[in-house]
Amino acid sequence: MESTTKQASSRKRDQAASLNSRKTGGFWKLFKQQRYLYLMSLPFVIWAFIFSYVPLWGWLMAFQEYKPARSFFAQKWVGFDQFITLFQDQQFYLALRNTLAMSFLGLIFGFIFPVIFAILLNEVRGMIFKRTVQTVSYLPHFVSWVVVAGIVTKALSTDGGIINELLVSLHIIDQPIQFMAQGQWFWGIVTASDVWKEMGWSTIIYLAAITGIDQEQYEASRVDGAGRFRQMWHITLPGMRTTIIVLLIMSIGHLVSIGFEKQFLLGNNLVTDYSQVLDLYALKYGLEMNRYSYGTAISIFNSVISIILLFTANGIFKRTTKESIM
Amino acid sequence: MAANKAFNATRGDKIFDVCNTIIMCLVLIVTLYPFLNVLAISLNESSDTVKGGIHLIPRAFTLENYSVIFQYQGLLQGAQISILRTIVGTIFGLISASMLAFTLSRVDFQARKFISTFLALTMYVTAGLVPTFLLIRDLGMINSFWVYVLPGVVSAFNVFIIRSFIDGLPYALQESAKLDGANDFTIYLKVILPLCKPVLATIALFLAVGQWNSWFDTYLYNASAPEWTTLQYELMKVLQQSTQQSGAVNANDMAKQMASISPESIRMAITIVVTVPILVVYPFLQKYFVSGMTLGAVKA
Repeated sequence: MESTTKQASSRKRDQAASLNSRKTGGFWKLFKQQRYLYLMSLPFVIWAFIFSYVPLWGWLMAFQEYKPARSFFAQKWVGFDQFITLFQDQQFYLALRNTLAMSFLGLIFGFIFPVIFAILLNEVRGMIFKRTVQTVSYLPHFVSWVVVAGIVTKALSTDGGIINELLVSLHIIDQPIQFMAQGQWFWGIVTASDVWKEMGWSTIIYLAAITGIDQEQYEASRVDGAGRFRQMWHITLPGMRTTIIVLLIMSIGHLVSIGFEKQFLLGNNLVTDYSQVLDLYALKYGLEMNRYSYGTAISIFNSVISIILLFTANGIFKRTTKESIM
Repeated sequence: MAANKAFNATRGDKIFDVCNTIIMCLVLIVTLYPFLNVLAISLNESSDTVKGGIHLIPRAFTLENYSVIFQYQGLLQGAQISILRTIVGTIFGLISASMLAFTLSRVDFQARKFISTFLALTMYVTAGLVPTFLLIRDLGMINSFWVYVLPGVVSAFNVFIIRSFIDGLPYALQESAKLDGANDFTIYLKVILPLCKPVLATIALFLAVGQWNSWFDTYLYNASAPEWTTLQYELMKVLQQSTQQSGAVNANDMAKQMASISPESIRMAITIVVTVPILVVYPFLQKYFVSGMTLGAVKA
């Protein structure tokens, strides 16, 4: 990995040098020379500006009492009132709790399972079997959450759901459990479905990291009499370290903003106290009730938390493991 | 590794191999069973399904469920829109990502630094649900087909994946084309695009799957425009109504009709119809997306 990066950077230097020698005029001359490059990129830059940057202007709404019929300048400015209302709402704290709980659960299990699966898959001897398992394990990633939610609901249902059937026939429980109707199961259901859907897919990157490990290390450890578990623990796992940490930091940045899709699709009226997350809260209390300013305040709060988490995590990892993405 | 097998085969290793094989088989079963179960139920007579106990093999085989759902106008309409948005969205996304990636791969391009920072920021700063909704509304894209395609045309992540692929191509190819008198656009079209086939296939798969699987934009923007409904959205309504008796969202007639008469077999048949296109495509593109994912992760 390192050698290819080096190659690329030296190649880039050569490329830049060869081009700089041809560079003769000032900005406009070069601009004219590169008109096709501009033609190919500028339309999409403007596009990205419209769809990604223009909405940021809407953040100002959070400090207004936005009324749809009025122009921007005729809006009433209310300062932090929206945020104060937000922080006084009991529902908001429930949504925040649920968001953080499901994010952290997803983060923990969304890391542990793919890493273990990648290590174990790497140890499978039969190539055909290994490929089959890998191919099948990607499958759920490509299926929509709508379908997955349907499958999960079916599997957990009380009449003929496979999970209840199994548990009853193994005499672990006497009566089928109404998983989907009880709040205390909801976080677990969301986390488990997430692991089921994405485990195989996440494994791709870890397997690539394992492939990059020097095979001689395994040979050497074998000569020293290390068993399979010792090899996994002392060679494979440390070899994946950089990849794991980079991915971990990236997903921490997205902690608060990950997923309302699962919660929307798997949730129902009976479990709202556990299924309501910040984005759904913004949807329900901001958009559907036309309280646009309030909804925007929720989104801003969401972003601020994401950024704080990202910097904190990055700082911690920088200090403890010398790895960072910034 | 195979060469070391004899050397390596201690008793502990054998036990480990057996356990590992069992674990892998469990993963296979847990992943595949739900799909096969859905398939079995969709091929079973609805009246018989109610009795329960269908696992992998339909007990009373029938294609009735499928012929029933294909008679619903809404479903066919949804299928058409889903296919259309997948094709159009994928083409738009591929053009934008490959063009941007090509210009950003050119070290001599003046605006390169600016554009890549500008794009990278879009990955981390997002306005949120309400401002985005208001923008789409102000652009007049509510209740239109274009809301599926236009907002997502530029994706920074895809641009960066393709760029790192182009970075790995020999620059001499571009230079010699230039000496032959090709302009930058011709180089993009004739030199770069043909060489980028593997990564373009990866991105095409990402885009197509994203388009095909998306339902929230229909829910948010086109819920009151039955002519722009999508398959995923219809499936979502049917499934939601079956789990929530309360009747969740502004269901149109078709979903109501479906929910009131749709037994489990019919819901499962719709699920299969929605899922099959993806199951057909992904094994063929596997070798591409594995390398594409790895590439993207290393650079990201």
